Amino acid sequence: MSDLRQAPGRDGGPAPDLVEVRGLVKTFPQRNAWGRTTGTTRAVDGVDLSIRRGETLAVVGESGSGKSTLGRCILQMDEPTSGTVTYEGVDLTALPRARRAPYHRSMQVIFQDPFSSLNPHRTALQNVMEPLAVLAPDSDPRARAIEALAAVGIDGDAVNRRPRAFSGGQRQRIVIARAIAVRPGFVVCDEPLSALDMSIQAQVTDLLLRLQRELALTYLFISHDLSVVREIAIRTAVMNRGRIVELGPTAQVFAAPQHPYTRHLLDAALSTDPVQARRRLQRISTRPEPVGLEPDGTALAEVAPGHFVLR
Amino acid sequence: MTPAEDVLLSVDGLDVDLPGRTGGRVKVLEDVTFEVPRGRVVGIVGESGSGKTMLLRALMGILPDGAERDWRRVLLRGEDVTRTLARRRLPAAMVFQDPMTSFNPLVRIGGHLAEVAQRFQKVGRRQAQGLAREALIAVRIPDPDRVLSRYPHELSGGMRQRAMIAMALLAQPELLLADEPTTALDATIQAQILALLRTLQAERSLTVLIVTHDLGVVAAVCDDVMVMKDGRIVESGEVERVFAEPQHPYTRELLDAAPPAPAELAAPASAEEKGAGA
Repeated sequence: MSDLRQAPGRDGGPAPDLVEVRGLVKTFPQRNAWGRTTGTTRAVDGVDLSIRRGETLAVVGESGSGKSTLGRCILQMDEPTSGTVTYEGVDLTALPRARRAPYHRSMQVIFQDPFSSLNPHRTALQNVMEPLAVLAPDSDPRARAIEALAAVGIDGDAVNRRPRAFSGGQRQRIVIARAIAVRPGFVVCDEPLSALDMSIQAQVTDLLLRLQRELALTYLFISHDLSVVREIAIRTAVMNRGRIVELGPTAQVFAAPQHPYTRHLLDAALSTDPVQARRRLQRISTRPEPVGLEPDGTALAEVAPGHFVLR
Repeated sequence: MTPAEDVLLSVDGLDVDLPGRTGGRVKVLEDVTFEVPRGRVVGIVGESGSGKTMLLRALMGILPDGAERDWRRVLLRGEDVTRTLARRRLPAAMVFQDPMTSFNPLVRIGGHLAEVAQRFQKVGRRQAQGLAREALIAVRIPDPDRVLSRYPHELSGGMRQRAMIAMALLAQPELLLADEPTTALDATIQAQILALLRTLQAERSLTVLIVTHDLGVVAAVCDDVMVMKDGRIVESGEVERVFAEPQHPYTRELLDAAPPAPAELAAPASAEEKGAGA
């Protein structure tokens, strides 16, 4: 276990890891109909992860795999049950709440649903100004909000419209503007494209990549959509039942998946070639559920440089 | 064209308009004409706002308040039913996108299914429960008795969608309408549900109309496809033909926007062999 803890970070090169997650566990109580605790669910079950400065690290997995909970724990939106989260060398989990404010500024989040994550009663500009007023009150919030909105392609009179006047793609742009306005170093993108149409997805992907280059952002990209991940992530971590089962350079994970669960996921993606898609569907429908809980005592092992598999 | 007796439903000149927000009317479907051949799986694709869901709702007669539906002619099995449609519904049942919001959260799955069985098959309560259990077996739910006594929130997304399909089958439809049936599901579960739809279609010689935004879904399960844009059908035909040689620029645009599936790089067979060897 101990060699593994350093392994992912060791080859991080000259730039140190921006975010370090060590032994992260998050459990939720299971309650019965009367509210009595009947047990616990381990949503995140001992995750070690290093996120390098300037990279896009994707976390993929099915619903219930714990990928969103991992993102929320890193952001300290959910208090981890045990384990540590370090940002630029500072252990956030040990920090008293009152001293976390500067880290809330450097760590931002983009949620899936642009319809519910914007305040419908306030204009685009007011929505973007709100976190600025709280987290960076010394600056000129209005000017910075306008600048951020312009960076995502919303300018002129449009900034004074309310969210309902915008399409889904434009709303997601406003959400992105709100996240980057406070000049964060690290952004958790939790399924940022899932609610959008294909052609809009491509535009928003391009926008995220451009902003990453211009603002030197580091992304944790949480998604169940493998085709998007393949396009934008430098490294990919595959999660199943709260554990990372495979982690490596995206191209390698996709071309030579090592863990059965990764293969299972890759196999389920349908292609737009009718012949191939039908063959796959045929195979999947006759196949038994292959993947259950990982046996105890397994650990991530390095199978190729930077490519780890749980076994 | 398909011979008349092989066409289950043929719709000519369907218009639907909704009241606009600032007065006036908004046309959401304009002169939509199509045929649904019997025993085929037909996909309707388009982006949000293209009117594909409204098309299904118009067929089911469940348009939103204030909407107006108008058509020149509707043929069911070659018989003109344009006049009688206001009173008699099409022999169709619908599967909705989100099985969480389309069940009553306070009623057990068994209650939902028995109600449909009682209403559509005119049977008593005891018999309806038997039919409900059979329907769950038909959609390959492993322990039907347990699922019957569960509330909707206690089931996983895939199970809920299976129960939803079972409920639709109890209405004994000839035409099964599915509105984004797998959009809310994970890729692995999606594949299972699609395979189930295909199997049921073959077992019960159903005709299926699937609305989706995902070209992969169309490629996997549909025989024919209709591409919609701004309330009109811009292209239709057999899936192989349309995907291989799209005629309309919009179809080409959609196909180009679809990301290449991981298929091409991870040939699963070889990966499995490698995994076994490692």
